[in-house]
Amino acid sequence: MKDALIAETITIAGHEGDEIEAYLARPLGQDSFGGVVVIHHMPGYDGGTKEIARRFAAHGYATLMPNLYHRDAPGADPDDAAATARANGGVPDERLVGDVAGAAAHLRALEGSNGKVGVIGYCSGGRQSFLAACSMQLEAAVDCYGAFVVGSVPEGFPLKVGPIGHLAPSLSCPLLGLFGAEDQYPSPEQVDELDKILTEAGKEHEFHSYEGAGHAFFSVDRPAYRVEAANDGWQKIWGFYGRLLAG
Amino acid sequence: MCTYLTEKITVAGSGKGAAGWFTVTDATVYLDHPQHAPAEHTLNIDFLNPANGPSARVAVELTAESARALARAIEVTLESAPPGLV
Repeated sequence: MKDALIAETITIAGHEGDEIEAYLARPLGQDSFGGVVVIHHMPGYDGGTKEIARRFAAHGYATLMPNLYHRDAPGADPDDAAATARANGGVPDERLVGDVAGAAAHLRALEGSNGKVGVIGYCSGGRQSFLAACSMQLEAAVDCYGAFVVGSVPEGFPLKVGPIGHLAPSLSCPLLGLFGAEDQYPSPEQVDELDKILTEAGKEHEFHSYEGAGHAFFSVDRPAYRVEAANDGWQKIWGFYGRLLAG
Repeated sequence: MCTYLTEKITVAGSGKGAAGWFTVTDATVYLDHPQHAPAEHTLNIDFLNPANGPSARVAVELTAESARALARAIEVTLESAPPGLV
């Protein structure tokens, strides 16, 4: 495997043409490549998620991670920006869709792009990955333990987002779902419910739930990390993107 | 999960952040994923001065048990202060 890459911070046009910060990692020495939009988790546009972006680039995908909190706290440290974004109520769905659409357009315009773009999101980004794939044409989507794609927000939790399972008929591409069997948000029942909704809508999807893993099992710098689940999950991602995005 | 469960209060005092001391005007208390603490969820407190930007922040991430102990310690300290001091 060739794994040479270049990574840099750039500016892209996001929702409503807003200029936002983004992290671009792309392979070197490849004539043609697919693209991946990485949606960061709620703790923000952080070093761990940038490592994920570089991992995709090392596997041959041009990868772009928009800073979803750029408007809330331009230039701030990722943790300070995340705190400000949370105090503002989180990322509005409409803005998220605009930012992912801007990132996808940027990837498709890169010299060498094969025109295929996938999306992947972690934690809150898992729900946002599904939302994006239901809101624009993409070629592959991965939902890593996103809560509240289905299921109601518990009473007393002032989430400013709601369930979006009803968007399933608009899903534009195959969906890979990776979940922890011990997670409560989403719970195994909610994963089953989404599975059923997608089946009824006739949408191609592939779900895997890992025993012994809970929420955030891909996070290598958190106690939730589960090496077996994460390693298998990465293999599932490479197979899925390899089929739908590569080349 | 990402709870967004947040209590916001206004406060008066000072805090020491990355750039030194600053006037604290607001505080948020929330239960969610930590940035640094080795736990899936923590009780997080941010002491802020939003007028000075996102970096005017003193942050702590505590386990639920230690957060409760902190709340008790604050109450005990204030209750035991000599009359007229607070």
